[in-house]
Amino acid sequence: MRENEQPVPITVNGQPVTVTSNTTVAAAVLMVSVHARTSVRGELRAPLCGMGICFECRVTIDGKEQQRSCQILCAPGMDVRTS
Amino acid sequence: MTSSSDSHFDVVVVGAGPAGIAAAVCAAEKGARIALLDDNPAPGGQIWRRGDALSSIGQQWLARLSRAKVAYLPGLRVYDHAADGMIAAECGQDRVELQYEKLILATGARELFLPFPGWTLPNVFGAGGLDAMARGGLPVKGKRVVVAGTGPLLLAVAAHLCARGAKIIAVCEQAPLRRVARFAFGLLAQPGKLMQGAGYRWRLRRSQLLFACWPVAAHGKTVLESVTLYQANRKWTVACDFLACGFHLVPNIELAQFIGCRIEDGFVTVDDLQQTSVKNVLCAGEPTSIGGVDLALIEGQIAGLAAAGASQEATPLVRRKQNMLAFVRAMRAMYQLDPELRCLADDDTIVCRCEDISYDALRRHSGWRDAKLQTRCGMGPCQGRICGAAAEFLFGWHVDGIRPPVLPVLVSSLITRDRISEEAL
Repeated sequence: MRENEQPVPITVNGQPVTVTSNTTVAAAVLMVSVHARTSVRGELRAPLCGMGICFECRVTIDGKEQQRSCQILCAPGMDVRTS
Repeated sequence: MTSSSDSHFDVVVVGAGPAGIAAAVCAAEKGARIALLDDNPAPGGQIWRRGDALSSIGQQWLARLSRAKVAYLPGLRVYDHAADGMIAAECGQDRVELQYEKLILATGARELFLPFPGWTLPNVFGAGGLDAMARGGLPVKGKRVVVAGTGPLLLAVAAHLCARGAKIIAVCEQAPLRRVARFAFGLLAQPGKLMQGAGYRWRLRRSQLLFACWPVAAHGKTVLESVTLYQANRKWTVACDFLACGFHLVPNIELAQFIGCRIEDGFVTVDDLQQTSVKNVLCAGEPTSIGGVDLALIEGQIAGLAAAGASQEATPLVRRKQNMLAFVRAMRAMYQLDPELRCLADDDTIVCRCEDISYDALRRHSGWRDAKLQTRCGMGPCQGRICGAAAEFLFGWHVDGIRPPVLPVLVSSLITRDRISEEAL
């Protein structure tokens, strides 16, 4: 952990994960899950572009659906759900 | 940097990468009231993303930004524009309206992704995509990575990932070696760039560097397990954990298109002072030409000075810009895509990832609009930002028809769009 980086506890699909501050939700999701969302034909999908363009990293954060996890930083207590 | 609740600004800059930061700083230093918007949580764009040691140029500009009187507004996604000088953006669940005298579009670029069998598997990323994920905290230490595609980004990404402990199995550049060598020779006049490349190569001395080589398939049951590479009629498969694959850059011109700026050959047309064809709207950086950070900084400064009414001071910068355009043209020629890459996708390969539309379903159509109407291709959340660029290359289609909202937004944002593009509803 670098200086100024605090441990941030969150949960992904109910599973506790502790990440460093400045970790994106997308990165945290891939630490415990192989995918972020399920496509319209039922394929598992994970982030592609990493910069908010492709929408493959969409997850539910604190009950809010369709959040682009690659552009959101983890905050303490966040409840993240893949679909 | 300052924060402001007032929504009227002399200059609104969209995009806080190098071009946007330079524009905002230069305009603010001339005393203009500036708002700098970005959809990311921190300034710097993709190239000055946090998580790695910044170049000294990056540090200098970010420091200048922090001292400047600029209302920096992160996490804002611009989705609408009205002709009377107003843009609307979403910030989380909220809707924000900003009024401008001058608007500077510095919306950067994204990667070009070409569909090939298996490219939708988890752990297949863009080249910049995996770099961004790693900087965002994704552990890559000990991971076996294949970096592929085309462009100067490949070596940089491979070197960054290597520095983070990834095992770079191969870097596959689709351009042939003779073209790369000729381009490198042309760089002798710019030793800085050449040294940077040499530095990356040194760091990657244990990795294979392959030219005229690309991935033809990614394999895995639920996630990526291996990649089949192709070079000179030879195919072979390597086991890996991550594939970082991007075919250079596509400018983000959707907002400029929507505002009505003239687009030529895929780029926003600007004059010497970055003025677009739309009054009071300027554009700087990658949307005008894929020229990299140096050109973006120059264009950003010109745009900032011009927007703040200090065009005279931009004259030396305009000359520097013109001198760099030869490099831009050379780079474009260098990374021209091999026509064989059009044959990467097979019938079942998904091209539109949002709506899961296959190559076979698309190729029967006569054009982008027809394909959209018949298949829903490009009508998902990304609004064709990924598959549209691929379709342009694969089928030669002209991708157009930007409508409000430019991005998917909450219904509540649409309901309150009282002053924005009412005629479009």
